[in-house]
Amino acid sequence: MAVTTMIGAKIHRREDPKLVTGHGSYVDDLRQVGMLYMSVVRSAQAHARIKSIDITEAGKAPGVVAIYTARDFKTVISGGLPVTESLIADKKYVPNQFPIAETEVVYFGEPVAVVLAVERYQAADAAEQVQVDYEPLPVVVDFEKAMQKGSEKAHSDGPDNIAWDVKFPGGDIEAAFKEADVVVKERILQQRVFPLSMEPRVVLANFVPFGNQLTLWTSTQVPHFVRIFLCFGLGIPESQIRVISPDVGGGFGSKLRPYPEEYLAAAASKLSGSPVKWVEGRTENLQATTHGRGHIFDIEVAAKRDGTLLGLKVTNLSDNGAYIGVFGALQSALAMLLAPGCYKWKAFDGRTVGILSNKMSTDPYRGAGRPEAAHLVERAVDLVAHELKMDPADVRRKNFPTEKEFPFTNPLGMVYDSGNYAKTLDKAMQIVGYKELRRRQAELRKQGRYLGIGLSTYVEICGVGPSAATDHVSGSISLVESSVVRVHPTGSVTVAVGTHSHGQGHDTTFSQIVADTLGVPYESVQINHGDTADTPFGYGTYGSRSLPVGGISIYKSCQKVVDKAKKIAAHMLEAAEADVVFDQGRFHVKGSPDRAKTMGEVAFRAHQTGLPDGMEEGLEAVTYFDPPNFTWPFGAHICVVEVDPDTGAVDIQKYIAVDDCGNVINPMIVDGQIHGGVAQGIGQALFEEVVYDSDTGQLRTGTLLDYSIPGIGEIPDLELDRTITPSPTNDLGVKGVGEAGTIAASAAVINAICDALSPLGIKHVDMPASPDRLWKMIQEARK
Amino acid sequence: MKHRVATTVNGRRHEHEVEPRLLLVHHLRDNLGLTGTHIGCDTSQCGACTILVDGMAVKSCTMFAVQAEGKSLTTIEGMAKDGELHPIQQAFWDEHGLQCGYCTPGFIMAASYLLSQNPNPTEDEIRKGLEGNLCRCTGYVNIIKAVQTAAKAMGGTQAKPTERAAVRRS
Repeated sequence: MAVTTMIGAKIHRREDPKLVTGHGSYVDDLRQVGMLYMSVVRSAQAHARIKSIDITEAGKAPGVVAIYTARDFKTVISGGLPVTESLIADKKYVPNQFPIAETEVVYFGEPVAVVLAVERYQAADAAEQVQVDYEPLPVVVDFEKAMQKGSEKAHSDGPDNIAWDVKFPGGDIEAAFKEADVVVKERILQQRVFPLSMEPRVVLANFVPFGNQLTLWTSTQVPHFVRIFLCFGLGIPESQIRVISPDVGGGFGSKLRPYPEEYLAAAASKLSGSPVKWVEGRTENLQATTHGRGHIFDIEVAAKRDGTLLGLKVTNLSDNGAYIGVFGALQSALAMLLAPGCYKWKAFDGRTVGILSNKMSTDPYRGAGRPEAAHLVERAVDLVAHELKMDPADVRRKNFPTEKEFPFTNPLGMVYDSGNYAKTLDKAMQIVGYKELRRRQAELRKQGRYLGIGLSTYVEICGVGPSAATDHVSGSISLVESSVVRVHPTGSVTVAVGTHSHGQGHDTTFSQIVADTLGVPYESVQINHGDTADTPFGYGTYGSRSLPVGGISIYKSCQKVVDKAKKIAAHMLEAAEADVVFDQGRFHVKGSPDRAKTMGEVAFRAHQTGLPDGMEEGLEAVTYFDPPNFTWPFGAHICVVEVDPDTGAVDIQKYIAVDDCGNVINPMIVDGQIHGGVAQGIGQALFEEVVYDSDTGQLRTGTLLDYSIPGIGEIPDLELDRTITPSPTNDLGVKGVGEAGTIAASAAVINAICDALSPLGIKHVDMPASPDRLWKMIQEARK
Repeated sequence: MKHRVATTVNGRRHEHEVEPRLLLVHHLRDNLGLTGTHIGCDTSQCGACTILVDGMAVKSCTMFAVQAEGKSLTTIEGMAKDGELHPIQQAFWDEHGLQCGYCTPGFIMAASYLLSQNPNPTEDEIRKGLEGNLCRCTGYVNIIKAVQTAAKAMGGTQAKPTERAAVRRS
């Protein structure tokens, strides 16, 4: 690439001025004339037959315009919500989910009716007056029990509760275990957590009566994806649906699927002839927005006495909830593919079983399968180190592929594009002062104090996805990403993309790429995303894909623009195209840099008569980019904790993160992504857990009073550094960074706690490592 | 039955007839069109709706609109003056103290109250002063930096601490 000025620079985000002054435009900030408010009546039971729904009293309540149940919706909605069934090679039972329950509710909070009213409070009042008569059915909460033969069933008409049962074999596992000097086994839990974006979901639907046209504003990560499924569900041509996802207050994976309420609001608008707005309250959000994680992992690790890792067996039980999340199986698949982590195993053997229960669906949450993988393999390595009385850093180093071994193929055939794992670990250890810390730890242990040092050396799979790799799991959907780059006659540039930014700062990052590649002023670049009316089809934002797939699409479109502009410039300069060079926005004949045409001048010329023969006017390009491989960011995190044995409280004294996401476009934004990701990982490690009542299936952590996300007092100062190992997969050498922090953090924290408590003989601690849990373990160990 | 409520919001006087149960945050958003004040929970944990009521930080979901009768309110829309960002807004921008921006107005208002009481807070005092606000994007690291930067930029310009107690919480 040419010398650049923007790529790699800390540019302050162009998104921010409106957001810091209260002029953002989130869906609940929007109104339509004649708009009604929709309130959703939700099931108070986790599993029951609906005997009757009485709307008489509710219908008389002030302001109520209409009340609809499944019977009404069936006249305008066909089919069910999407499920990526084809992800599940050996799919067993995939229940169809209609957006609203008709005869049987299968989770607490499932929609059973909606109320439309003139005012917000009137809709909520009337919803409470809808009387639903339930006949309780057996409730399935414990998903491990639910997989057993003869278990009660989450759906009364299902054959059993098994959604899938798939194997992931990678090499001769028995041979690897035969070689072993030691075998360690552990059960590692991944509790359910709430993604909990600060903005809950909001939908505003405006169906034009008699027009068969729908505009839907919705707080989503995937506007185009939502549009496709509304087209299928509502029978409205895709071209007649406009989905707009304006400013969105965070997603973290919980807004990357079409949701029942999007169908219901759209259908209610059609049925009532009025625009309809639905605003999810937080209590509702915890019941009805997908949950993350929710797994049991049983692992067996084979190793030699010298710390050489041989074989890893992993059995994953996935708690799907009542319906398989749209990407529910993807999380388990990713957890399997990445479970070998950044180590050279001789063999791997995996099995994942998806299990239905009477709970909300689990679906991606920041990292989606990769935090689970990193957690289990990083625990596995520490368990081996503990067993062999080796330093966990030494076991890691011994088993890393060296820099020269890249591209490195893991036992499941995944090809890691580039890496230097020892380098990030060395850097993190140097920053934390590892040797000194170990000395200090030994001293403190003599004083009866419990200092722990936790390492997490992760690798992740980003940039979904190369169609060659995803074809067999995506149902032949090619997960490309798209861009249109248009240079206007006066030289400013509009870029339209299929991704969606909801906190990641794409407007800034993408503008940096465009400014450099086209050589135009940064300020002259406009990035459009989120409105299906003026953006090309794209799969949206998740899986740290927006830069390594979407960003590269933009780069390629810019290159195409430069190619055409070069032809026009040659024409203007009366030179052969081969003699024209493009340098920082200026075209000139080799050796004559003074006589140059700017991109703006060329753009103006591109809209005039007298272009070269056969050339169309205009200066724009389209790209649908299908990457040749995934990208593989990696890094080393070190967490230092002290555990108070009398209270079980964990004090995080230091947190070091050295990450490598390839080339960096905007270091400030990259650091911000790591900060936020680590905070969410710490949240899962120490505080967060969704709890359903084991008998009734009621949500016991139903408000923010009962569920704790980290506050400003609970996240320590995070010390960041990075190494840069460019990705060979794409033109910019970028890898993506949206999830790295979360993927690394929970293992770093838990490894630190286990290290702290190892003098007590404690080998493993599950999450959340709450004071209560730790105190009990410490008391037990001291007996 | 509706009640009359007269408030001064960001220097402008407003009069409305409202239901006694109407939350102040809904009054601001739905009646006055000041949608910069956000709602992130329904149990007064998140602080996204924080505004200033007679100079004191209040979660506007914990007050009824009628309780604001005769009071002077400042919302996020009232912070920038004469086309210039307030130093706290500028600092949040400069320090990358926001990502999705949803919690940001609440944090800026809470920080504004904190700095009015304590113009030069320590990191610990910032953490204590803002513990009523939640953010899911930033890990708080840059929010703390932003408040420190704002404190520096505002050095000496803030009113002296008053008798008032700490940030009002539910």
